[in-house]
Amino acid sequence: MSRLILGRLAQGLVTLWLVSVLVFTGTQLLPGDVAASILGQNATPGALEAIRRELGLNEPAVWRYLHWLAGFVQGDLGMSLANRQPVADLLWPRFWNTMALATYAAVVGIPLATALGVLTAMLRGTVFDRVTNILALALVSLPEYFLGLILILFLSVKTNLLPSLANVYPGMGFFPWVQATTLPMLVLLLVTTAQIMRMTRTAVLSVMDQPYVETAWLKGMRTKRVVLRHAAPNAAAPVINVVAFNVAYLITGVVLVEAVFNYNGLGRFMVDAVSKRDLPMVQAAAMVFGAVYVLLNMIADIGAIASNPRLRQPRETGA
Amino acid sequence: MQRLTFTAWLGLIIIAIAAFVFLFAPWIAPHGLEETVGVPFATGSSEFPLGLDQNGRDMLSRLLYGAQMSIGVSLVAVLLSFSIGIPLGFFAAIRGGWTDVILSRGVDTLMSVPVLISALVVLQALGSSIPVLIVTIAVLDSTRVFRLSRVLAQGINVMEFAEVARLRGEGLFWMIRREILPNARAPLMAEFGMRFCFSFLFVAGLSYLGLGIQPPFADWGGMVRDNQQGILYGLYAPLYPAGAIAVLTIGVNLVVDWLLAGRPNLQANR
Repeated sequence: MSRLILGRLAQGLVTLWLVSVLVFTGTQLLPGDVAASILGQNATPGALEAIRRELGLNEPAVWRYLHWLAGFVQGDLGMSLANRQPVADLLWPRFWNTMALATYAAVVGIPLATALGVLTAMLRGTVFDRVTNILALALVSLPEYFLGLILILFLSVKTNLLPSLANVYPGMGFFPWVQATTLPMLVLLLVTTAQIMRMTRTAVLSVMDQPYVETAWLKGMRTKRVVLRHAAPNAAAPVINVVAFNVAYLITGVVLVEAVFNYNGLGRFMVDAVSKRDLPMVQAAAMVFGAVYVLLNMIADIGAIASNPRLRQPRETGA
Repeated sequence: MQRLTFTAWLGLIIIAIAAFVFLFAPWIAPHGLEETVGVPFATGSSEFPLGLDQNGRDMLSRLLYGAQMSIGVSLVAVLLSFSIGIPLGFFAAIRGGWTDVILSRGVDTLMSVPVLISALVVLQALGSSIPVLIVTIAVLDSTRVFRLSRVLAQGINVMEFAEVARLRGEGLFWMIRREILPNARAPLMAEFGMRFCFSFLFVAGLSYLGLGIQPPFADWGGMVRDNQQGILYGLYAPLYPAGAIAVLTIGVNLVVDWLLAGRPNLQANR
């Protein structure tokens, strides 16, 4: 098993490297001159040449890539073009803000969603099951800003329960922080809970139709015991996958939610950088997002292996 | 085809209304797109049923015009992504071997970065314009289409009739057009609905972030962004375009659900 996990880790590293190649080629080799886009209207041939030299744009692309990657691995994310500060100093505080928000949503959402999923599977076909399913289907289709605006309208403008802007600053206490971030957390919660709940329900139900569960029923066991002891453990692997997938969504889905609530996170950082066309900032943000995404997918794979004995001895299959 | 359920009807009606608005917006809109007809954020009246937007323009007319942009851009993007993804997917499945490995690994690599992040990187490099938007979304989205059509074609390619066609000496083009495509049509149609939802939400999301469709064009995502301040004064202005996005997405999803009901779930990878 440990060999298998090491294999996954290596695979993750390779993917991470591919992501860096992709981000680099995406930003450097696409048509459009970086120097010209920085200077915009004020581009004189002399100024263009100076910027190209400063950014090392006259070097071959492979050399620039290696240079960039080497800096990156050592934690040097480059300098921002817009305000001449090291990207790392600007990026990490925003990154931790985003992680805090995503963690908050995950801590509340994952137990709630899996519990609801198991519950609806237990009560298959009842009114509770039907209503929850329709609600979940609707929630999955709703864009984040629609949910966000409705929550702002009802919870903050009309009733004044929570602040409409998620204003966080260093050194704020835990309680004010929770108060400020609860609305964005709720939006993330609604979107991801619906997904996780639906998938958990499907996973548990597909196990429930198997002969061994029928045997458990025929032995005269109660619903609760059949579901919790017999069905749920075998449904764990797909559920872990769904959860990890949704946590990965949390990391990128925050981009829209942060925009709704003006939250000071990495998503807004990246959007601002894109609209200013600040290349090093976009590269750094894309790499961080990509790394977190790859990491979570890796954790999901390893979790699935750990929870399903059949995956621990990989059989040789063509796929 | 199964009998139409109530939810499927509901979805079809929503899609029909959207299609009508998409085609005839300029003729049914009571006011012009950029025409200022009153004070900003005026509330609804008999002349302006949904009130006015942040610049005093008629909300209803802008919604109708916005439908053309929002639906049009995502529709073109999905059509393009299907015309990239399906041929490549079928090609990879029929050829197999190295062709398959190279194409599949390429797609895996593209998919290893979250779509939104890749799109932002491309928009940073090229700036946002409608062609860039369409091509970016189409290429990123075609990876999903590729995966599905590859799996479908692999399944069909080993059937007896495909075997017979191959022994008859039919070429690649015939195999794709006459043997595989007709048998893969139903799941691909459902996937089309799903991909449309995805790119529709994606375009709207990018516009909401200010990186999608740019003024002077009106589109629903951008309208939410422009009117968002209104919500702080308890106005419903930004909820109309946001609601329009939500209703159309739900409508398409309802029809997709009906198309997929009772079929093995190949679309789980969304």
